Amino acid sequence: MEVLLNGNPRTVAHNLTIENLITSLHLDGKFAVELNRHIVPRSEYPKTALRPGDNIEIVQAIGGG
Amino acid sequence: MSQTQSDTISIADTAYSSRLLLGTGKYKDLEETKNAIESSGAQIITVAIRRSNIGQNKDEPNLLDVISPDKYTILPNTAGCYDADSAVRTCRLARTLLEGHDLVKLEVLGDKKTLFPDITQTLEAAKRLIDDNFKVMVYTTDDPVMAKHFEVMGCVAVMPLAAPIGSGLGIQNPYNIRTIVENASVPILVDAGVGTASDAAIAMELGCDGVLMNTAIAEAKDPILMASAMKKAIEAGREAYLAERMPRRAYASASSPVDGYFF
Repeated sequence: MEVLLNGNPRTVAHNLTIENLITSLHLDGKFAVELNRHIVPRSEYPKTALRPGDNIEIVQAIGGG
Repeated sequence: MSQTQSDTISIADTAYSSRLLLGTGKYKDLEETKNAIESSGAQIITVAIRRSNIGQNKDEPNLLDVISPDKYTILPNTAGCYDADSAVRTCRLARTLLEGHDLVKLEVLGDKKTLFPDITQTLEAAKRLIDDNFKVMVYTTDDPVMAKHFEVMGCVAVMPLAAPIGSGLGIQNPYNIRTIVENASVPILVDAGVGTASDAAIAMELGCDGVLMNTAIAEAKDPILMASAMKKAIEAGREAYLAERMPRRAYASASSPVDGYFF
């Protein structure tokens, strides 16, 4: 199925959880996740399955004033 | 000396010995960022929130691995937001990312050329963030009436611009900055527009509680040396403010005694 990850279309397995997605992206350090404009708390990652068309944003801190 | 050692700035109930707040944008690399911060003595460090780098460059170090939240107070900003919704959304993501840390720098811009703030959107965002238990340090114009509004609504610090962001033009309206300081009962920090050390010293001599800067250090030819210069300028300006300067006179006043002449 297709989802939108950080603005780009991405094909992922059906029922992939946020936890699975994070693992597959090899993300480390501090980040936050928004699913369809709602923040997903870290504790919800394993319980949150993606659905077709979901819009996922993963953000981090970068240099800025 | 003892005066400055005990002279701290308190923001949202935390005391800081450094009155210089530093941004982390525009540096050559993270190593330079880290060295500039160390040279500046800053304890509050601003960061921006952006999309994570997904897979394009796996080895790129994470800013927060270099600037540890255990060592510094991380101040996420809402730079690039042109409406209250984006700013509030950014702050909520930042709070999640920083595991509940709720101190934010709110800036809602209104014009791409000057980067002047959109005050109506900033007011709306500030209200929503304060209602959501954020501690808001707000970037605003040098308008004393607006500065008071932000204080009364519950912002923990008000940060008027000295000049446009990244312009390096220095304090354009010292009279307004001084009026804002005189009226305030929350910390007032000049945010944006400082170009060199004397600009920072002037802000502090006007009575500001601190200065937040980025480009003046990052775009200096030697950022590490400029960071050190800014640290000293902030301290010098603060001490001069506390010392209370001499009055200005229209004419000379001899420094040597005017009696006891033998000539």
